[in-house]
Amino acid sequence: MNVIVDYGLGNINSVQTALKKAGIDTVITDDKKKIENAEFVLLPGVGAFRDAIGLLKEKGLDIAIKKFADTGKPLVGICLGMQLLYEKSYEYGEYDGLGLIPGEIVKLEKEKKIPHMGWNNLKIKKDDELLKYLKQDMYVYFVHSYYAKSSNDEMLAYTEYGEIIPAIVRKGNVIGFQFHPEKSGQVGANLLKALGEMINDYISSN
Amino acid sequence: MLTKRIIPCLDVRNGRVVKGKKFDDIIDVEDPEILGKYYSDMGADELVFYDITASNEKRGISLEFVEKVAKKINIPFCVGGGVKTIDDFVEILRKGADKVSVNSAAVKNPDLIKEASEKFGNQCVVLSIDAKKVDDNKWHVFVNGGRTDTGLDVIEWANKGTALGAGEIVVNSIDEDGMKKGYDIELLKQITDIVNVPVIASGGAGEMKHFYDALKSADVDGVLAASVFHYKEISIKELKDYLKKKGIEVRI
Repeated sequence: MNVIVDYGLGNINSVQTALKKAGIDTVITDDKKKIENAEFVLLPGVGAFRDAIGLLKEKGLDIAIKKFADTGKPLVGICLGMQLLYEKSYEYGEYDGLGLIPGEIVKLEKEKKIPHMGWNNLKIKKDDELLKYLKQDMYVYFVHSYYAKSSNDEMLAYTEYGEIIPAIVRKGNVIGFQFHPEKSGQVGANLLKALGEMINDYISSN
Repeated sequence: MLTKRIIPCLDVRNGRVVKGKKFDDIIDVEDPEILGKYYSDMGADELVFYDITASNEKRGISLEFVEKVAKKINIPFCVGGGVKTIDDFVEILRKGADKVSVNSAAVKNPDLIKEASEKFGNQCVVLSIDAKKVDDNKWHVFVNGGRTDTGLDVIEWANKGTALGAGEIVVNSIDEDGMKKGYDIELLKQITDIVNVPVIASGGAGEMKHFYDALKSADVDGVLAASVFHYKEISIKELKDYLKKKGIEVRI
């Protein structure tokens, strides 16, 4: 079963529709057992880090997601969902994240308009199966005010907005998109298609 | 580099697009999702739908189009028109819109901006301002479709709105709307100078140069237009090619 984690925030339906078009059928759930036993888990997210991690913990979903991540099966976070994968965030205070990727979530540079909202180009840093349909400088849709600051070892692609903004990250089976692939037209659809193929390969080889 | 956004705007009444029939090669198309898809395929960066359904009773039914649009297109879209309460935000966002724009209701109750941005994040909250020039270098916020002067200074209201949590400002120039003589560059300049969120120009586009002027001289983040796109006076593709040649970053 492929699962989209429902923790009461964000517009989950458009993610589900986009995944379906990419050949990934999902169920939306907040059931711990279903998350732990899933084949693929997607962590969506809109809103503030504090609220999201609070809701995950309240329902015990943080533990379920970590247990799932330990299985080595693909875990994907989108936007705030990606930020939750890191160790810590400084949005409205200081809050621990899931700690699956080393690094912190910090506010964007003040000289730029915040949120970083609109279409920005992706620079490919590392070759990966997820990027097989992506070419240099293709545009995707970003909406965020915070970004992941880390060693960038996990960075597959980035964009520039005052800083180097990690846009697609991957540490083993843990994957994050800072932008919204489900809102990024054909480029986003192709990224999800590559993700779908990766998931199918994983399932058939295990 | 972050690109400038080209945003077609569609008016929807009782779930149908007004003016939709004017498209000559897709005759009688009034479905918001089909027109939305059409613009998206043409290269629009984002879409805005204004629900102009007059009666509250019919509004709930009219808003069903939001769900259809969300299923059909994969670019961001904003829905506005008659948004008065947090429940309106909830309903529209749940149906799949990415942003909700508020106008008159926010003037009456500025806390609506604060409440909505705290609940959904400021990226969801667009403050739409109807501006009319009242004196040299002075613009007031008007409500009720541009009929009532609130006495509020537009620059101050834009500043207050962003302080309350609006993540984007759409500035509709009542003076320029429908005139096709260009956006109100002076007004836009003053707003982009003081606010630290994206600003979208609306009202006055008649030719491609007008888009360029707003993006270049007033440094707005996006340009919104309705009739020039609906009546096919300007195609989005042609506009983007033109802007790119003139050195404006656009997504092609």
